[in-house]
Amino acid sequence: MAALGFSPSDFYYLLPELILTAGALLLLLVNVIVPRRDDLLFGLSMGTLAVSTLVLLSFAGVDIVISRGLLAIDGFALFFKLIFLVSAGLTIMMSAPYLRVEGVRAGEYYFLILCATLGMMFMASGIDLITLFIGLETMAIAFYILAGYLKPSHRSNEAAVKYFLLGAFSLGILLYGMSIVYGMTGSTRLDEIAVALAAQDRSLVLSLGMILLAAGMGFKIAAVPFHMWAPDVYEGAPTPVTAFLSVGSKAASFAMLLRIFIEGLAALTPDWQVVFAFLAVVTMTVGNIAAITQSNMKRMLAYSSIAHAGYVLIGVVAATERGVVAALVYLWVYLFMQLGAFTVITMLRRRDVVGDELKDMSGLFARSPIAAVAMLLFMLSLGGIPPTAGFMGKVWIFGAAIDQGFIWLAVVGVVNSAISLYYYLRVVVFMFFREETTGSEITIGPALATALAVGVVGTILFGIYPQWLFDQAQNAAALFGSTASSAMLR
Amino acid sequence: MSNAAGFPLLSLILFTPLVGVVLLLLTDRRQEDRIRWIANATAGAGFLVSLPLWFWYDTQDAGWQFVERLAWIPSIGAEYFLGVDGFSALLILLTTLMGVIGVLSSWTAITVRVKEYYVFLLALQTGMLGAFMALDFLLFFLFWEVMLVPMYFLIGIWGSDNRLYSAIKFFLFTLVGSVVMLLGILAVYFYNHSVTGVYTFDVTQFHQLNIPDGLQWWIFLAFFLGFAVKVPMFPFHTWLPDAHTDAPTAGSVILAAVLLKMGTYGFIRFSLPIVPEATAAFVPLVVGLSIIGIIYGALVAMAQKDWKRLVAYSSVSHMGMVMLGMFALTPVGITGSIVQQLNHGISTGALFLIVGIVYERRHTREIAEYGGLSKVMPVYATIFLVMTMSSIGLPTLNGFIGEVLILQGIFVVSKFWAFVAASGIVLGAAYMLWLYQRTMFGNVTNPKNEGLPDLSMREIWTFVPLLVLAVWIGLYPKPFLDRLETSVDNVMARVSSDYTPRLAAAGAQAGQREVPSGTAGAQAPVRGGTR
Repeated sequence: MAALGFSPSDFYYLLPELILTAGALLLLLVNVIVPRRDDLLFGLSMGTLAVSTLVLLSFAGVDIVISRGLLAIDGFALFFKLIFLVSAGLTIMMSAPYLRVEGVRAGEYYFLILCATLGMMFMASGIDLITLFIGLETMAIAFYILAGYLKPSHRSNEAAVKYFLLGAFSLGILLYGMSIVYGMTGSTRLDEIAVALAAQDRSLVLSLGMILLAAGMGFKIAAVPFHMWAPDVYEGAPTPVTAFLSVGSKAASFAMLLRIFIEGLAALTPDWQVVFAFLAVVTMTVGNIAAITQSNMKRMLAYSSIAHAGYVLIGVVAATERGVVAALVYLWVYLFMQLGAFTVITMLRRRDVVGDELKDMSGLFARSPIAAVAMLLFMLSLGGIPPTAGFMGKVWIFGAAIDQGFIWLAVVGVVNSAISLYYYLRVVVFMFFREETTGSEITIGPALATALAVGVVGTILFGIYPQWLFDQAQNAAALFGSTASSAMLR
Repeated sequence: MSNAAGFPLLSLILFTPLVGVVLLLLTDRRQEDRIRWIANATAGAGFLVSLPLWFWYDTQDAGWQFVERLAWIPSIGAEYFLGVDGFSALLILLTTLMGVIGVLSSWTAITVRVKEYYVFLLALQTGMLGAFMALDFLLFFLFWEVMLVPMYFLIGIWGSDNRLYSAIKFFLFTLVGSVVMLLGILAVYFYNHSVTGVYTFDVTQFHQLNIPDGLQWWIFLAFFLGFAVKVPMFPFHTWLPDAHTDAPTAGSVILAAVLLKMGTYGFIRFSLPIVPEATAAFVPLVVGLSIIGIIYGALVAMAQKDWKRLVAYSSVSHMGMVMLGMFALTPVGITGSIVQQLNHGISTGALFLIVGIVYERRHTREIAEYGGLSKVMPVYATIFLVMTMSSIGLPTLNGFIGEVLILQGIFVVSKFWAFVAASGIVLGAAYMLWLYQRTMFGNVTNPKNEGLPDLSMREIWTFVPLLVLAVWIGLYPKPFLDRLETSVDNVMARVSSDYTPRLAAAGAQAGQREVPSGTAGAQAPVRGGTR
């Protein structure tokens, strides 16, 4: 074993991932042995996530490199893995009632969710381009299938094909960037890349590699101009998958982006700051303006999700510990508000109503006050109005930008968040100010109620008392990179 | 800094409305009368618990009073930090009083979705109170933005014809201003850290900063945008006529009486003391916009056919006067500005109630629909007359005191400004008296007005406190002026380096800087001129 560079302790630190793998495989077996027991699959997958989370939490404070420098078990990874596990759990809670209404068997569905989560976890831990890439592939392939899971639906099929084609294309670009960086530095390990880059002059080829990496990551976080796939995929995919895609996949891609650029390409910081500043501005602006005109909730949230990637990019541009903390805080609070909003949309899906059009929100307050008030909270939070978590996230992000002198970027950011309120409030108008109602009664089952409650509690708690979150993010960002080069975090 | 109450009085005032919100949420929505009773009781209790701010306030203490300070987000230095000076104490009292009046005036006016209505009204109350109490800039901003949401709903659900448009316009205008202000806050925050090495949002600390000129300008502009939209100053006022016209009566009353004061409060509490040099540098801009606002608001008010819109534009004009007095940057001018803020709350609040009463009876705001109302509604006409006089600044009523102080304050700075301000007062008298003449005098020409009932006992009671205050401030403003003295001193000490606080001049405050002889007398007109 030693020859391969693995030691027993490596397996210990990979326990959360191993548990997920075992759970996922068990799901496949159970599906074959006792078919048509969706409730059993649901319970198993939730249990797997819970055990994995518990084990993961026991690694708090750990900061080591395992597997011969391929993976880092640090605070940064822990923080992101928590985001993935929580969002996977909420997604599954949304999925059970959703699949029932759609009349689709769970089958491999939960297995795929766990696989995607597994991929994400390696994206957060990877400190080697190869590991990161494999994690990304694992996640992406699971999502290609999940996007097309509603086999009879044309929209779902279209989403899967689009996502697959553009995803494959973007992975190609990313891989090309990686190979250039490897060629220039002779290593795929981020810490070695950082050292090699610090020692050499900048060259055109290197810049090309950096830009290709940025473009590849841009696809994954759905930054403009690499966002074309997002609205169609978000609209067509099953609603819980869309939710998971917009939170989990985005957070994982940001984890990978932060690792690669802040840790690996630290020497090129001024260069990629320019690139990401440009991406942040167009991403926020295009995302928000396009969202205004949407009449479909999922499409609107897709564009809004694009805009939010732009806000997080501001934190990346700041390229300081404060900036990283801001990005982490933002991704964490985004988890609650975005998944909460999707939970409400899932609720509106009934046998006779698709429920994802804006007009389906009409009179929601009269029919289900709890859902409407929760949705109000999520919308205000997405728009950054206190006392919600979204506000605290934005304060951090804009603070990081101002701290580093990117005042113009902060100005663009706040103007954008004001624009965004226009379409978030439109949802409120439909829910509270309009009376007409369509379709059958809205029922909130226990799974959806739990998911909604988690969303509401997270959105309010981190808005009123964010100290705990700030501490965790601070720890995560402080540990971040201490295992690798750690050269550039000021 | 001290807390004379010995218990968290400000928190009590702040959260009393929220207790009402919780009680309302627990009440069945069909029990509308019970809901109304709970809301009225809560608002009444809210006013009662705020009264100690009047009686226990120490006019000789130049520091912050009733201070409460708890850690909130230690890692970024944000605190739950409340405290008042005379200025904010008076605004808090105005807020709790208007809360009572607003809730009481809604008893028969609101018949749909009663429960939600009172929930939003009371939640709004907490937001406003918090903004006046917060001495932590982040906490202030939190309350400042929280206010938007309930007001948005009040206009959007219970408003008149064009309510959705007006509601979103109100929301977005204010939001754009305030998010830019947030950047200004963050700039001060980081500058403070670079100087002191401490991360804090403590406003009292920010009051001691000497920010370099270039940065001050940017911070002033960021604050300016946030506050000027709220005041509202020309040309940022366009949301106001729409919001006022379409809001339900109580919404208009609160909007005029309290929400607009947020802007002027922000200027005096934050802009003037934190960026004093930039404030001085921007006087021409602010004064210019104020003068345009005074004249423009008055002229447009004169041309209105809609009663409520007329009152709304009169607000633009009056608030221009408030800003003019403030940016004279003299103690008398600032004192006058603050007094006039209270007066505007009282008289314009009352005028919106007055429109609301006929609107509830006739469901129209067209001035031409009315005429000769004094014949059918004599009590109503009398109250309207008093409030008109208060609004145009007739001696013995409150408006006069404020206007005299403002004019006196700016006269020493520029006779031209004083002239313009005076002409604004004349125009104000013109449109108000003309309005009164068209609606109240003559014969009842419209048969629909013949049977209009006069004020009910409940409606009279909504006016009584405002009438009392109008006469009180008009005849004996000293208690109010006394409470403002140290607040104005503290602001003046920042905007003018050679200014000597009056308390120090009187030798009452130990530890203040030494008094050059003769300066104490220079401030005498403040008191002398108002008796």
